[in-house]
Amino acid sequence: MTEETLAVEMKNIVVRFPGVLANDHVNLNLREGEIHALLGENGAGKSTLMNVLSGLYKPTTGTIKVYGKTVHFNSPKDAIAQGIGMVHQHFMLVPTQTVTENILLGLDRPRFVMNTARFDREIAELEEQFGLRVDPKAKIWQLTVGEQQRVEILKTLYRGARILILDEPTAVLAPQEIDDLMETMRAMTRQGKSIIFISHKLHEVTEVADRVTVLRKGVATSEGAEMVGKTKRDLAQLMVGREVVFRVEKDAQQAGDVVLEVRGVNTFNDKGVQALRDLNLTVRAGEILGIAGVAGNGQSELAQVITGLRVCSGEILINGENVANKPPIRAIRGGVSHVPEDRTGVGSAPNLTITENTIMKNYRHKPISNGWQINFTMARQQARKLKEEYDILAPSVRTMARKLSGGNLQKVILAREISSEPNIMVAVQPTRGLDVGAIESIQRLLLEQRRTGTAILLISEELEELLSLSDRIAVIYEGEIMGVVDADQADIDEIGLMMTGTRRKAVAGQKDADQATEA
Amino acid sequence: MNLPVQLTLEKRTEDVPRWMPAATAVGSVVLAFLVSGIILRIIGGDPIRTLQFFFSATFGSWPVFSDTMVKATPLIMVGLACAVAFKMKLWNIGAEGQFYLGAFFSSLVVLIPIVPPDSPKIVVIGSMMVMGMIGGAIWGFIPGFLKARFNVNEIITTLMLNYIAIFWNNFWIFDRWSDAGFQMTPTFERSAWLPRLTDYVDQFPSFAGITLHLGVLFGLVAAFVVWWVLERSPWGYEIKLIGDNPKAAEYAGLNIGRNIILVMMMSGALAGLAGMSEISGVVHRLQERISPGYGFTGIIVAWLAKLNPFAVILVSILFGALIVAGREIQPSGLSNMLQGIILFFIISSDVLLRYRIRLVRPSRDAEAVA
Repeated sequence: MTEETLAVEMKNIVVRFPGVLANDHVNLNLREGEIHALLGENGAGKSTLMNVLSGLYKPTTGTIKVYGKTVHFNSPKDAIAQGIGMVHQHFMLVPTQTVTENILLGLDRPRFVMNTARFDREIAELEEQFGLRVDPKAKIWQLTVGEQQRVEILKTLYRGARILILDEPTAVLAPQEIDDLMETMRAMTRQGKSIIFISHKLHEVTEVADRVTVLRKGVATSEGAEMVGKTKRDLAQLMVGREVVFRVEKDAQQAGDVVLEVRGVNTFNDKGVQALRDLNLTVRAGEILGIAGVAGNGQSELAQVITGLRVCSGEILINGENVANKPPIRAIRGGVSHVPEDRTGVGSAPNLTITENTIMKNYRHKPISNGWQINFTMARQQARKLKEEYDILAPSVRTMARKLSGGNLQKVILAREISSEPNIMVAVQPTRGLDVGAIESIQRLLLEQRRTGTAILLISEELEELLSLSDRIAVIYEGEIMGVVDADQADIDEIGLMMTGTRRKAVAGQKDADQATEA
Repeated sequence: MNLPVQLTLEKRTEDVPRWMPAATAVGSVVLAFLVSGIILRIIGGDPIRTLQFFFSATFGSWPVFSDTMVKATPLIMVGLACAVAFKMKLWNIGAEGQFYLGAFFSSLVVLIPIVPPDSPKIVVIGSMMVMGMIGGAIWGFIPGFLKARFNVNEIITTLMLNYIAIFWNNFWIFDRWSDAGFQMTPTFERSAWLPRLTDYVDQFPSFAGITLHLGVLFGLVAAFVVWWVLERSPWGYEIKLIGDNPKAAEYAGLNIGRNIILVMMMSGALAGLAGMSEISGVVHRLQERISPGYGFTGIIVAWLAKLNPFAVILVSILFGALIVAGREIQPSGLSNMLQGIILFFIISSDVLLRYRIRLVRPSRDAEAVA
């Protein structure tokens, strides 16, 4: 143990959810006055660990000490009482109320009289102290995202937090705001606050953190290592890992003609930020092109522009025909099938039956329909056949989609999308959140599609899945393709670096990866 | 408090049996009558006699049953209008206005006149039906277009258009077509009247005074057509898909905007047809207050029928009976009370479809905790 004061000491934390070990004997020590980065891919267990620290979850086993005292949290209130404050990625603010009102919300002060002027002053002083500039009298809706985040931080500080957890605070910020935030973080640590900084952007971590804990599949691959001397390459390796990956058997196969070509596509996400930048890629018949990348780097938007669900500039050629900015029906008619990322929100209709969900794209075509009447007997027959073939577990084809488990619902979607005999399949996170058995059967279905000559664009955050299924892997970072590698010759370190913003040429030609990004 | 048994609710994970929704609905109505009886008893009335009177005044003989059906007729069509829109989660609460505009447009056939007054009945009635549906469809098109094009909230627009429709009607009957200063037009020629059973009293003497008119058949046919569209046609499938998950519908390549407009127009046309049937079958002229709020009752009818077109018919008959009873029973508030209690029971019976109720004997452990 170090002689410095430990603000937080989490020891042997185990969190077990049904079927998942989210945290496996994780240790985390937070020194007083340090910025401690918590790094890891999506689903690595970062949020779970922090939810334990903020009182939202109870660990299965393990102990937590705060300033040397063992604590047991039954609710976030207990954690706040111990001076732990969490700033969530999604803000919890009331848009029509002022900054001060939002900060006071939920406190038992003021009691009777809303003496807001006094509290405005108090909050202004607090802002002064930490360099968090925002007008206390402004209404939340008038503020930028960066300012709203400052309000969230002020909220925890006002409640007396000494330990702050910032959950991916930079994900929503513009570059200038990120710089401001880092300045604030340093100001806070100078005044004795301790910060846990969650991120998967390596350059930010190397810039601001004193020490780093890295999680990978629930296990800590680094427990509070000093940042001094760490390169981005080291961190990427810890984050992505280099163990031998389990590979589904895949036959070598000659790819056919180019079926999908994306040329110079730019688009914006729902927040109006550019999500794809001059993106180019091609997928051939009988080939799986994997898209690797940390979530939120434009993968969803890429799938949406190809399937006609998002407008863009540039060209999207399907068998030579440009379908960019055409309604989704054009892509469907062009033979594009789509396994969407959000299987309950987009891929299915919860209160319709399995039968009704399977006819979603062919309800106007023979033999399901003669154009003016749907033949439901035929539709049910087809649904029963699919249920059998794809091993969908449900009482009957009359069962509503919302009653299916994630894996079975995904099979319904895959059954529908595959039975349309597509030319191109865009599959986004097809195995996310599923159990091992379902993952394997879905991966087999994708390989079977490849064998029959479908061009497949597979977007996944599971690097192992991409390595075992894909023929080629393109790595996307902030809407740009950093490089394309052949899956059999892929170097995980290299992919890891590209996922965090280093271009392929730079990776290949440099020894020191850190300099590469600066160039 | 320690009870020997406790009720707990469990979410149903399995499918509900097919008979269950109908059974709970019927059960709710029976319970509603029972509870009303108890209330009547408490305030010193005679529940048995009152309920007897309620039934004899509404279903007791052919003439009173005919009255019930006459009141049910517009409710069926307006209820269907709401059901179609609600199926797509389009909250059309403008059936009242669409009803008025249907009445207005169908009256134009006689008032302008669009067809010569001495045309055969079938031509006059036929063009009135078409005009009624066009009128309602126009009043549905406006909010539909605004929603599809500019995402204007249809609840607000349909509600506001109700008042516009009513005052539009008033303008014409107070000013242009006023019959000797009364707020109504002169009675239409017989050729514009829907045939009633009483018209055939010469052949069938027992039809005397039975005012049931052809409009009821419009309602029944419309129910079948709506059922067919919703349950059998590709368009109905689109309506259900958009209603359940518009994002999935967009993903499946549907044109949502076009469907919003079409469904609002169909909904409006059904309400417009109800207006036509009221003009041509009951009042035989355009006048003030042709609807005692049918358009709004239609919302309740559609909900109670769980948007099932055939159930709309049954619920409309029940509500028709309540309207007739309100006229016959003093105080008339009694039928309002019954209406309220029925609503209360049917809406709460939904719990039975979504949850399973279990009797649990609390164990000693649980008691210890408590």
